Amino acid sequence: MSARDSILASIRANRPAGDYPLPDVPLFPPLVGDDLVAEFGERLKRMGGLVCEAGADDPLAGVRERLAGAKVLASAAPEVTGNRNLAAVARAQDVDDVDVAVVRAVFGIAETGSVLFTQDELVVNSVAYLAQHLVVLLDPADILPNVQAAYRRPEFGRAAYAVLHTGPSATADIEGVLIHGAQGVRSLTVVLLPRAKA
Amino acid sequence: MSADNLDPNIRDGVIHPEVRPPDDESERDQDGRRLRHAEGASKPVRAPAVREPQPRGAKIRGNRPVDQAEAAERFLAAPLHQAAHDERLWDLRKKRDVAAHGIPEWEELRDLASEIKTHTLSHLDRYLEQFEAAAKANGVHVHWAADGAEHNRIVLDILRRHEAKTLVKSKSMLTEECGFRHFMGAEGIEIIETDLGERIQQLDNEEPSHVVAPAVHKTRLDVAAVFAKTLGTDPDNDDAHYLAERQRETTRPYILNADAGMTGCNFAIAETGSVVTCTNEGNADLSGNVPPLQIHSIGIEKIIPKVEHLGVFIRLLSRSALGSPITQYTSHFRGPRKGTEMHYVLVDNGRSARLGMEEFWTSLKCIRCGACMNTCPVYRRSGGLSYGATYAGPIGLIIDPTFNKRKYSTLPFSSTMNGSCTNVCPVKINIHEQIFAWRKVLVEEHQIPVLKQGMMKAAGAMLSRPAAYRAAIGAADSALKVLPRFAVYNSLNTWGRKREMPDAPRQSFHAWYKENRMKGGKA
Repeated sequence: MSARDSILASIRANRPAGDYPLPDVPLFPPLVGDDLVAEFGERLKRMGGLVCEAGADDPLAGVRERLAGAKVLASAAPEVTGNRNLAAVARAQDVDDVDVAVVRAVFGIAETGSVLFTQDELVVNSVAYLAQHLVVLLDPADILPNVQAAYRRPEFGRAAYAVLHTGPSATADIEGVLIHGAQGVRSLTVVLLPRAKA
Repeated sequence: MSADNLDPNIRDGVIHPEVRPPDDESERDQDGRRLRHAEGASKPVRAPAVREPQPRGAKIRGNRPVDQAEAAERFLAAPLHQAAHDERLWDLRKKRDVAAHGIPEWEELRDLASEIKTHTLSHLDRYLEQFEAAAKANGVHVHWAADGAEHNRIVLDILRRHEAKTLVKSKSMLTEECGFRHFMGAEGIEIIETDLGERIQQLDNEEPSHVVAPAVHKTRLDVAAVFAKTLGTDPDNDDAHYLAERQRETTRPYILNADAGMTGCNFAIAETGSVVTCTNEGNADLSGNVPPLQIHSIGIEKIIPKVEHLGVFIRLLSRSALGSPITQYTSHFRGPRKGTEMHYVLVDNGRSARLGMEEFWTSLKCIRCGACMNTCPVYRRSGGLSYGATYAGPIGLIIDPTFNKRKYSTLPFSSTMNGSCTNVCPVKINIHEQIFAWRKVLVEEHQIPVLKQGMMKAAGAMLSRPAAYRAAIGAADSALKVLPRFAVYNSLNTWGRKREMPDAPRQSFHAWYKENRMKGGKA
């Protein structure tokens, strides 16, 4: 008998007695107030992320300094032109020299300050971790109230890879000291910038 | 005054100001408020003139029973380590309380999580088949392993077929169960742990001592000593930022050059065939997204039916573990990247047998948050390595004996039975009741010493029946008055030693609850 069949047989033989129905999960009221943009920003900041409003003259004013400081800038968003074409990257490792990566988020979550990407937004998945800094463009209209609402979105059933980022890479593994940039990006900045109208 | 609004120039609220650069970006948010996500508020360890050596774990002597109390004595005899450990974990427990109290439906979420898990476990064959079919449809190779040895052989086989010599991995308690690193080392495969805490433990040739914080029993001085020896860092520099940065710099080349990457699994979704990992460092995403070959090791109990159920579990997991609303990264791997291969290894390793243990099968609900460890007075004061087993703390006491009844026969006695573990468990495992049930089983099967057996017989008859126990407490005011004194204080009960038990409350919690909360027939 294969391991598969013997494991399944053992599970069937050992099935716990009793009836354990699958509960319906009610939709809980959001923990956040009506101003989703403010709630999102507040929670993201508490998780070590940075937030900036789009500037009136220059939507990217808040991150201009960060972008200008990058020797290698990889952008997966049309709003920013980088000097590394992600579509032409052959190997996941090749983006290790990226200083700043720019990506558009699918949506944000006010309850936690999270943003979602799939492989489509990232183009090269690894750039969101190998880059030193991550700049995220998020349309304020794309902010969902809570985690429950997020998990009703179709991306999780469709995308080969879907990931929620909540602030930058962090660790507290040495005596509880909080350190950003444990393995992945050292900073994550969300720019609240509406999507370009198609 | 709120510590959150401190002038950025005043560093009173900062942990270890003496070793932190004033421009440290991890310290404050953009509004200048102190950041605390995942951080400990425990006091820094002051280095004495002579460095206190790190107390080591339990002495393993083959199959002989682990002497947890002996290892715990050595941990208690290292006051710096003991105090730092105790404070750090108690701080996590308090942060968990704050996070839990911030959600009105917290108790309802715990009930739902428990019910979803018990439902899935009682239909596990069906959900595993559904998961397998979905994963295969997504282009994932699915393997089944009856035990740890088979898991290791399957992974080795995959690596050999790809001529892979190096593998980067994120933290996985399952691979600890399987003895994965030791096995691969002997086969000439280089394994690199990418979680900082786990990397520290790997470099020090120790097991993880905590399911979430693998090196929590070490001070930064211990880490400095380990890194000086293995990574060539400055032995006199114990700045946590310096140490973490050196680890980042030395691990990055391994990540870039690895032939294969591996992660564990927090949740496996039956309807989509996805594997979900939760990390703060992003190291599971590096392991899964950089090397050309990715492998995910999955304990078969990690299955949940639907994506929408993550809306329950993700809300509970990090709040229970660290008190943060979510981990920095919640990653959903569903299919391979273009031009790469993706493999799942579904591992039983005793789980299907545990399913048939009437009193213990619900321990399979565990989502490995570590809350029971953080709240446990025995764990906090003895360190995870004192248990000499893959799983330490309260959850370890009820899981470890399923792997080896003789070797872990004494572990269920390393508990004060205060029930705090049960109260904080996000999936409502009746941990302390299972600890007691294990004591009974081990006595009946003659796995424990004769003196302890006598103590158990005296207390056991009553403690084994909750209703009788409550009736007895009501009559005598307190369990402490009911239990024979020698069951609480004797040389075999390590946790009665050095402690006089508290005065018994005049009204038991159950009595209070019935009086105040069950009025009108509403619980």
